[in-house]
Amino acid sequence: MELQEGYAFDVESVRADFPILNRRVGGDVTTPGEGPEDDTPLVYLDNAATTHTPDPVVDAIADYYRGYNANVHRGIHQLSQEASVAYEEAHDRVAEFIGAEGREEIVFTKNTTEAENLVAQAWGLRELGPEDSVVLTEMEHHSSLVTWQQVGKRTGADVRYITVQEDGTLDMDHAAECIDDSTAMVSAVHVSNALGTINPVRELADLAHDHDAYLFVDGAQSVPTRPVDVAELGADFLAFSAHKMCGPTGIGALYGREELLDAMEPFLYGGDMIRRVTYEETTWEDLPWKFEAGTPSIAQGIAFAAAVDYVDDVGMEHIRTHEDLLAAYAHDRLSEFDDVTVYGPPGDRRGGLVSFNVDGVHAHDLSSILNDHGVAVRAGDHCTQPLHDKLGVPATARASFYIYNTVEEVDALVEAIDEARQLFA
Amino acid sequence: MGLGSDMYRQQILDHYKNPRNYGEMEDPDITHVGENPSCGDTIRMDIRLADDGETIEAVAFTGDGCAISMAAASMLSERLAGMTIEELQELDTDDVTEMLGVDISPMRVKCAVLGRQVAQDGVKIERGEIDVDRTKTED
Repeated sequence: MELQEGYAFDVESVRADFPILNRRVGGDVTTPGEGPEDDTPLVYLDNAATTHTPDPVVDAIADYYRGYNANVHRGIHQLSQEASVAYEEAHDRVAEFIGAEGREEIVFTKNTTEAENLVAQAWGLRELGPEDSVVLTEMEHHSSLVTWQQVGKRTGADVRYITVQEDGTLDMDHAAECIDDSTAMVSAVHVSNALGTINPVRELADLAHDHDAYLFVDGAQSVPTRPVDVAELGADFLAFSAHKMCGPTGIGALYGREELLDAMEPFLYGGDMIRRVTYEETTWEDLPWKFEAGTPSIAQGIAFAAAVDYVDDVGMEHIRTHEDLLAAYAHDRLSEFDDVTVYGPPGDRRGGLVSFNVDGVHAHDLSSILNDHGVAVRAGDHCTQPLHDKLGVPATARASFYIYNTVEEVDALVEAIDEARQLFA
Repeated sequence: MGLGSDMYRQQILDHYKNPRNYGEMEDPDITHVGENPSCGDTIRMDIRLADDGETIEAVAFTGDGCAISMAAASMLSERLAGMTIEELQELDTDDVTEMLGVDISPMRVKCAVLGRQVAQDGVKIERGEIDVDRTKTED
């Protein structure tokens, strides 16, 4: 199968930016890094969990620590000013990337989960009551599901779940029933990390806005893999993590419409988020700093912008095409086996990941055997336990793709799965 | 090849496909259930004691889970017959991996030891030493 048709980036030259892809595995796992017993080439297909970090992003981190490491915002000295400018401009870059108006609408958080919690705490706990409802989907990640479930318990708000249908798509008729005049927030995952489903976020936004509710979009799997524009989506809030798009761990972003963030109280208190403090009263700093208390993840924030530059250079449309082709190819190859169940919707409504099970082989056994072949996949409930309960399986194996994956790697996956089938037959 | 490649030797696959002493016992002296929620591994162990109240006469188990957890429970059910409940309490993780005859990768140790832990906790609950609803061996 030829991947290059129809889009313009060269996978091999992308791979050259990721030295880790040359790693071999198979040896002692208690010592980090490649050792003498590592003899099997790595086939890394766990990108929905985290992606690898290309040299330009690693360089951005190293450049900061080697060249201008300083705390931001409170130094007059040159290093602090350099760090402050770079850290603040990183917000501008991330804002531009998702079509936000500017840095006022981008709060750097630890990750997607923290962004969900920020809105749940700063807005949900204050604004919701027993007369309100929050509408989620049955395929929410625990980061959204648990957070809103607990807000519901504390505020009395009704938490409703839009049904996931047999084919892994949302029942939009049910969505229209769930979202009513009591609804204050709809929180929906854009691309499901468990099923790969691409949800009709724009339709959910329209339903929510028809009832004066807000839409929170979990973009953890979508922002890294396709063009995302908050205005086009109709998102009032959008959360995503840098480490799933070539950036470092420890940094993510909350987009919020400026008027909404402006009206919200802070989530964390402390340094950097204040303007004037007396023993009695405090006034808050401007957006987005009001929500970034304490010394932030400076190197990670700067590297986040470098990661955005990297994926933007490759091209988000190209990345989407590449992912779609790999996922469709994997889907086709896995469908050749009668005893392999592939979860989620058909090709055109699916992102770049494939969850599956082999009859008679527990996903953890499957994952162990794939690991023997150097193939890294995830096995488990993918932080969607209620969805797995609904599917009636404790765990699934998941292969997820990114810009550096190749058709040959999908073939390696399929060969390893075939061996597992024969071993357990 | 890695640690895991040896994990699926014939003996383990045999016990997984043809588990020994599989089923529920009528009137067991000791019965207990364990579950590792993230794996979905569930094991129930039933133990019958001899008249001395110390010697394990028979063991039965039921469960659902990965090959490592099921094979370990199956092997344990054979191994325990004839042992005393004191000897059961002394079984540690090394004993379980020795019984399996393979190296278990660190992430999978929780699977291998679930059956043993269920049996040990079952005894302790019967003696009133601990109070747990369901045993688990994952974090």
